[in-house]
Amino acid sequence: MPVSAAQALIDDFQSLGLKDRLQLLLEFSDGLPNLPEKYLDHPDLLERVEECQSPVFLFVEVNQGLVNLFFTAPAEAPTTRGFAGILHEVLDGTSVDDVLSFDDDFPTKIGLGEAVSPLRMRGMRAMLARIKRQVTEKR
Amino acid sequence: MPVAQDLNPKFSEYADPSVLVSTDWLEANLENPGLVVVESDEDVLLYETGHIPGAVKIDWHTELNDPVTRDYLDGDGFANLMSSKGISRDTTVVIYGDKSNWWAAYALWVFKLFGHEDVRLLDGGRDKWIAEGRDLTREEPEVTASNYPSVNRDDITLRAFRDDVLSHFGNPLIDVRSPEEYTGERTHMPAYPEEGALRGGHIPTAKSVPWSRAAGENGVFRSRAELEAIYLGEAGLRDGDNVIAYCRIGERSSHTWFALNYLLGFKNVRNYDGSWTEWGNLVSVPIVKGAEPGTAPVVK
Repeated sequence: MPVSAAQALIDDFQSLGLKDRLQLLLEFSDGLPNLPEKYLDHPDLLERVEECQSPVFLFVEVNQGLVNLFFTAPAEAPTTRGFAGILHEVLDGTSVDDVLSFDDDFPTKIGLGEAVSPLRMRGMRAMLARIKRQVTEKR
Repeated sequence: MPVAQDLNPKFSEYADPSVLVSTDWLEANLENPGLVVVESDEDVLLYETGHIPGAVKIDWHTELNDPVTRDYLDGDGFANLMSSKGISRDTTVVIYGDKSNWWAAYALWVFKLFGHEDVRLLDGGRDKWIAEGRDLTREEPEVTASNYPSVNRDDITLRAFRDDVLSHFGNPLIDVRSPEEYTGERTHMPAYPEEGALRGGHIPTAKSVPWSRAAGENGVFRSRAELEAIYLGEAGLRDGDNVIAYCRIGERSSHTWFALNYLLGFKNVRNYDGSWTEWGNLVSVPIVKGAEPGTAPVVK
């Protein structure tokens, strides 16, 4: 259930000082899965998240009511990769309903705004909005 | 004691050759006790992914800005920040960053608002260091806190406010944003988030010289002759001019401020950090749309 996973992650971030929140974000950045082979050759399927300062692309698959997420962002954009990694952690493999009902305010609640500046959090909100739109289109 | 300057011949042609260091020089001076290396990036997490050994990080957004008022740190705040980074008033500071030192130049400008004497940029910044295969580490240095004095911020010499801009017409303005922002086609950089300006266009009479033109290959600053061709030739600046540069929030224009001030030797250049996110929202200030600079308005 993404709700409990998301709450656990919010608790994790909130329990840390600002510096350690960045370290945790770095872990998500490092751990973002690479695009599978089948999408490497299909850049046309990937949607650019225009609201992000760095080139980040995402793609959503819906199979039998379950959602899989795919992201790609360059190593030079670790904050963006970290945002993608967090969303992947809490939403990948969950149900369509869970994704669509997922808290739009999650990026605010996670407490990263203080560590990276609220302005930079717009990127994560935009990713979440685009994920939900793709899920709506593909369900 | 300031650390001896980089005598690289490329820098000798600039008005102030002491404000740039090369990657070779920095690598050779990393152990110098009079030097503190600072990384300042657009992406807040880049430092954590790997930085120049011994470098400390300063984040433009969370550390250089006041958390409440739209302004920079005050004297006490800057003193605390410097002390926490192990920087003393007489420390030689070398700043480097991503994106051709765009944010590094912004940090340098803030250091100069507090009159820190010896601040230099690593020519080519983070990308050049990495491209040359030099060492990076994730290990954060042990910092011994210093005792930096509280110094008043000088908001007059290097900084322009909106009223300064209104009384500046007749003198040159340089708009360093993208051509699309200059014409008013859009109010933010292509592929960047909308930061909120109600009107698009530029300040009347401002010449368009996108900031990145000051940097050439590998993000290093262009030669003096190339910079003169751009700023004296194309933009028509003349020796002794009183210049104001602006962009969207004052970051990109810090890079141009650096080039005009230190590399070309203009002694009267200010950065309007309110920039378009202020001007594009101000009630009843004059704005010009389109590719032409426009004429100076009569200010009431």
